Amino acid sequence: MNEKFDAIVVGAGPAGNSAAYTLAKAGMKVLQLERGETPGSKNVQGAILYSDALERIIPDFRDDAPLERHLLEQRMWILDDESYVGNTYRSDAFNKPPYNRYTIIRTQFDKWFSGKVQEAGAMVISETTVTDLHMDGNRVVGVKTDRTGGSVYADVVILADGVNSLLAKKAGFHPELRPKDVALAVKEIHFLPEETIDSRFNVSANAGVVIEMAGKITNGMVGTGFLYTNRESLTIGIGCLLSDFRKHGIAPYALLDKMKDHPAIRPLIEGGTMKEYTAHLIPEGGYHAVPPLYGDGWMIVGDAAMFVNSVHREGSNLAMTTGRLAAETMIELTADDKPMTAKNLARYHEKVKTSFVMKDLKKYKDMPKVLENNPQFFTAYPELLNRAAHELLTVDGVEKKAKERSIRRSFVKSRSWTGLMGDAVKLWRAFQ
Amino acid sequence: MNDNTAAPPDKKPVRRRKLELDPRLAAYTGVWVFVEHERGLVHPVSRELLGEGRKLADILGVELAGVVLAAPGDVARGFCDEAISYGADLCYLVEDPVLAEYRNQPYTAGMTGLVNAYQPEILLLGATTLGRDLAGSVATTLRTGLTADCTELNIDLENRSLAATRPTFGGSLLCTIVTRNYRPQMATVRPRVMAMPEPDTTRTGRIVEHSLGLVESDIATKLLEFIPDDRRDKANLPFADIIVAGGRGLKRPENFQMIWDLAKVLGAEVGATRPVVQAGWVSADRQVGQSGKTVRPNLYIAVGISGAIQHRVGMEASDVIVAVNEDPNAPIFDFATYGIVGNAIQIVPALTNAFRQHLTTARLAG
Amino acid sequence: MHTVVCIKQVPDSAQIRVHPVTNTIMRQGVPAIVNPYDLYALEEALRLKDRYGGRITVLCMGPPQAEAALRKALSFGADDAILLTDRAFAGADTLATSYALAAAIARIREDMPVDLVFAGKQTIDGDTAQVGPGIATRLGLQLLTYVSAVGEVDPENRRIIVQRRAEGGVQVLETALPCLITVLEGLNEMRFATMADMFRAARHPLTVWDREAAGIEDITKIGLKGSPTVVSKVFAPRPRTTRAELIEAQSGQPNDLADTLLAKLFTKHPQLGRQIVRRSS
Ligand SMILES: Cc1cc2nc3c(=O)[nH]c(=O)nc-3n(C[C@H](O)[C@H](O)[C@H](O)COP(=O)(O)OP(=O)(O)OC[C@H]3O[C@@H](n4cnc5c(N)ncnc54)[C@H](O)[C@@H]3O)c2cc1C
Ligand SMILES: Cc1cc2nc3c(=O)[nH]c(=O)nc-3n(C[C@H](O)[C@H](O)[C@H](O)COP(=O)(O)OP(=O)(O)OC[C@H]3O[C@@H](n4cnc5c(N)ncnc54)[C@H](O)[C@@H]3O)c2cc1C
Ligand SMILES: Nc1ncnc2c1ncn2[C@@H]1O[C@H](COP(=O)(O)O)[C@@H](O)[C@H]1O
Repeated sequence: MNEKFDAIVVGAGPAGNSAAYTLAKAGMKVLQLERGETPGSKNVQGAILYSDALERIIPDFRDDAPLERHLLEQRMWILDDESYVGNTYRSDAFNKPPYNRYTIIRTQFDKWFSGKVQEAGAMVISETTVTDLHMDGNRVVGVKTDRTGGSVYADVVILADGVNSLLAKKAGFHPELRPKDVALAVKEIHFLPEETIDSRFNVSANAGVVIEMAGKITNGMVGTGFLYTNRESLTIGIGCLLSDFRKHGIAPYALLDKMKDHPAIRPLIEGGTMKEYTAHLIPEGGYHAVPPLYGDGWMIVGDAAMFVNSVHREGSNLAMTTGRLAAETMIELTADDKPMTAKNLARYHEKVKTSFVMKDLKKYKDMPKVLENNPQFFTAYPELLNRAAHELLTVDGVEKKAKERSIRRSFVKSRSWTGLMGDAVKLWRAFQ
Repeated sequence: MNDNTAAPPDKKPVRRRKLELDPRLAAYTGVWVFVEHERGLVHPVSRELLGEGRKLADILGVELAGVVLAAPGDVARGFCDEAISYGADLCYLVEDPVLAEYRNQPYTAGMTGLVNAYQPEILLLGATTLGRDLAGSVATTLRTGLTADCTELNIDLENRSLAATRPTFGGSLLCTIVTRNYRPQMATVRPRVMAMPEPDTTRTGRIVEHSLGLVESDIATKLLEFIPDDRRDKANLPFADIIVAGGRGLKRPENFQMIWDLAKVLGAEVGATRPVVQAGWVSADRQVGQSGKTVRPNLYIAVGISGAIQHRVGMEASDVIVAVNEDPNAPIFDFATYGIVGNAIQIVPALTNAFRQHLTTARLAG
Repeated sequence: MHTVVCIKQVPDSAQIRVHPVTNTIMRQGVPAIVNPYDLYALEEALRLKDRYGGRITVLCMGPPQAEAALRKALSFGADDAILLTDRAFAGADTLATSYALAAAIARIREDMPVDLVFAGKQTIDGDTAQVGPGIATRLGLQLLTYVSAVGEVDPENRRIIVQRRAEGGVQVLETALPCLITVLEGLNEMRFATMADMFRAARHPLTVWDREAAGIEDITKIGLKGSPTVVSKVFAPRPRTTRAELIEAQSGQPNDLADTLLAKLFTKHPQLGRQIVRRSS
């Protein structure tokens, strides 16, 4: 039957939805294909939504989007086996609308977003997996799906199929993912009554807390843990480089179980009923791992293009932004009556380069390597920091100066002066 | 109670208020139990219901009646006598050749005819395929309320109403339902949830006969044939005393043989979870749970079963539950009596051996 | 042949949670699906259509979101879809639900006679299995519940043969059209829609009927008003006991674990022990 559309968007995550919405709003004939039962059905977990990226697409999203809690407080914990040192930032400025960040439950959020996409006029078809791209020479002209009679054609195919984009790999746009460029994250949702969460986290009226965690919980692997408050549940999870999981032979869920048992964390989740357990990959390769972003008849957006800022745990905002930029590129070319060739679609790359997306990735381009090559950040330091805190806070008749000396000695003993200096420099450079 | 049960968790349950029953309906009195029979046998659920109905009738201070719809003959009379021995004060009997085999239309006509003539306040049926078929059309014909698949019945003495409790949302919740200004109050009750009473053959009672007024040519549905289940391989889970059940934790169909082996030594029935049935390892009549059978054995051995709520609702009334699961956090351990944390592939053969040895010794000794 | 299939959109009960304090259902993130039993009914209707031709209309009473369920049915091959939606239907029990659905079917057959109505065995949220029988009774259709196989249909003489699950066996029944059939699970497997069907389903205009459009005048028969049964209490199941007593053996060996368990069973539950011994001899 050979249906033809202006654009086919593969995937209905934040990237695909942003692209499809923006295109459909501009009157393009859009088909969006999603392999899950419904948009979002595969993404059950909670996450953080950064308002800015969405505001640029749906300015009044707050009117009806399913938002859990706006974030009032951010905690950062460095954990040892039975203690943590940490800092907290809480500001009432975060407690005033329009809020800057929210916790969301992805299933609901994605479903809502997809509703907007459909209202805007795109055709959204679920339970349909795109299995391959239709090529005409070097040019992408459509997609093949797993359904009978499943070929569909379009001027542009936007790949928004998430991390580990099989399509891009198949088409040779993208090399095989390297285990050290992806983190494997496991998450659970624990249900607790709203009042319990409010009192346990010292918040009220839909305000929420994020706790970022690093240290011994990752067993020396490069990674972090996190805990978010949703309205009636907590999202808790931990992620480490896939290569590290392999090297250390640790099962991800065992790591999460151990983390949940940490004396600082256990009381926070106590009494909850665990419901969802999910594992998902996060692209962490950063700047160096970003593949070519466009070609004849195609663009790639979101996680599929490795757009994740692992240092700041941002992903969905990069996904939405790149989805929007790809769509805007296409809209502009159509207005200028230009064909969707690689040469013309290069404009998408330009847009990404001048946006915060690429600038941020570039800023932290060396971070993955630094962390990967310096396991002491995840082993020795958490221990030393916690020991230092313990030493300083134990009132036992020892004079403070002696305590400081002993702390200094233990740092030097475990890392040596040059090591300490080197680490500081490395980290500072990575953050520059 | 369809959407009523589905929706109310969001609403506030209605406040109990004193019910001013329409005087026409206040004339409805007595508790009735439909005596279900097929192929010459009374379904055990009817006996359970007579026991339960007796209790309700005593609380209300009214009579308990059995209802027998059957082809004319001694068998039908025997069913009435049996109902009385299980606690009924009287039995309504409709005898007619068209009632020989269950069909919805004549049975609905028979039942609604009786209700309209003798006006009971409560009518109970077993939640079997027959009972649920009949109850649905009787309640609709009478335009009254019906609470399906109940697991508990009580009388709210304040207004003499039947408070029927049933699982909803696959057993995640229970809800109690009352029928407002309608009579009779109807309920179907799951087999094996009410206790089986002891019959008292010395009891006597009246038999009230009523006619049907239908002839065969009035009835559109004809029974061409009855294919009895092949007895030899037929699972009879609901009445098994011991059940050994296996789940997906057995990993492979070959491994399910261990369940059969253990069951054989114990003289037990074999049960299974839905995924195992869907994978075709065992036949569908062995599925225990919400969409399978409700069982109530003295001993239930659950092997490689996580204990999902849909499975749990079908077996948690078992007296003793033994669970074998390699995951110490499996939900089954939340409600089993005994748990063994370990690999089923090793534990089950060891159990089979241990039982075999124990039983051999016991036999020799005894 | 014109077949009406009744489908309901339900929350996936496998993912339902109960609020530990208020005992209310937490719908957060619980996906809505087509009642799984209704898909067997739909597939059976589709197979009859494959054999005898005709049209299939799917009918669903529910909130506007239930559109998704109807679109799904369309993608499998239903020809038309009707969404029965009105605030006045809210809070309906089975009597009121079957009244509304029967009224809608009566309205449907004004445009085109209906030969068969299919319903699922039961829903997974209500679990009542009553709506099917209720519709049949109201419309005066022959009722065939728990059907495990649909056999020959003779459209000429308006007869149909089915197998119906009964206690202890299967009834082979012949009846007159029009009739209502509720089907058992597992009697077929749902087909996989083609891409063309997906496009057709996405583009198909749904018919949406409110109370009036369905020709329902008497509002005392629908929704909460038309429902004789009311929920007086909702509560969580009492936990069976406390957690299982874990059987342990010093060696951790399967044999020792088995022996420890047997010792427990036979000493702590002497009656059960005696029964086991009796059965095996
Ligand atoms: C544990 C974890 C925590 C995170 N926390 C945050 C956070 O707090 N804040 C944040 O901003 N980001 C977070 N991220 C990152 C964020 O989730 C991703 O960056 C974002 O989802 C990327 O969006 P996307 O649309 O590119 O991909 P996805 O959301 O992965 O969507 C891809 C979609 O494509 C579909 N699909 C894939 N292949 C095919 C195919 N062949 N045919 C059809 N459909 C297909 C998939 O089913 C999926 O729906 C987190 C990630 C993880 C794993
Ligand atoms: C509407 C609906 C109706 C349903 N009706 C039913 C029903 O009637 N009956 C029913 O059973 N289910 C039903 N289900 C399915 C139910 O939700 C669960 O999916 C099912 O009960 C799980 O079966 P399981 O325990 O065999 O498998 P799983 O949940 O996969 O559990 C397997 C268990 O085996 C353990 N295990 C793994 N390997 C080993 C080993 N080597 N040794 C020991 N243990 C091991 C695992 O730790 C795990 O706990 C229904 C679901 C729905 C949605
Ligand atoms: N709201 C509804 N809309 C359409 N069909 C329904 C509805 N409720 C019930 N049904 C049908 O009736 C069957 C039995 O439902 P229940 O009596 O709720 O178990 C279902 O499988 C459906 O086919």
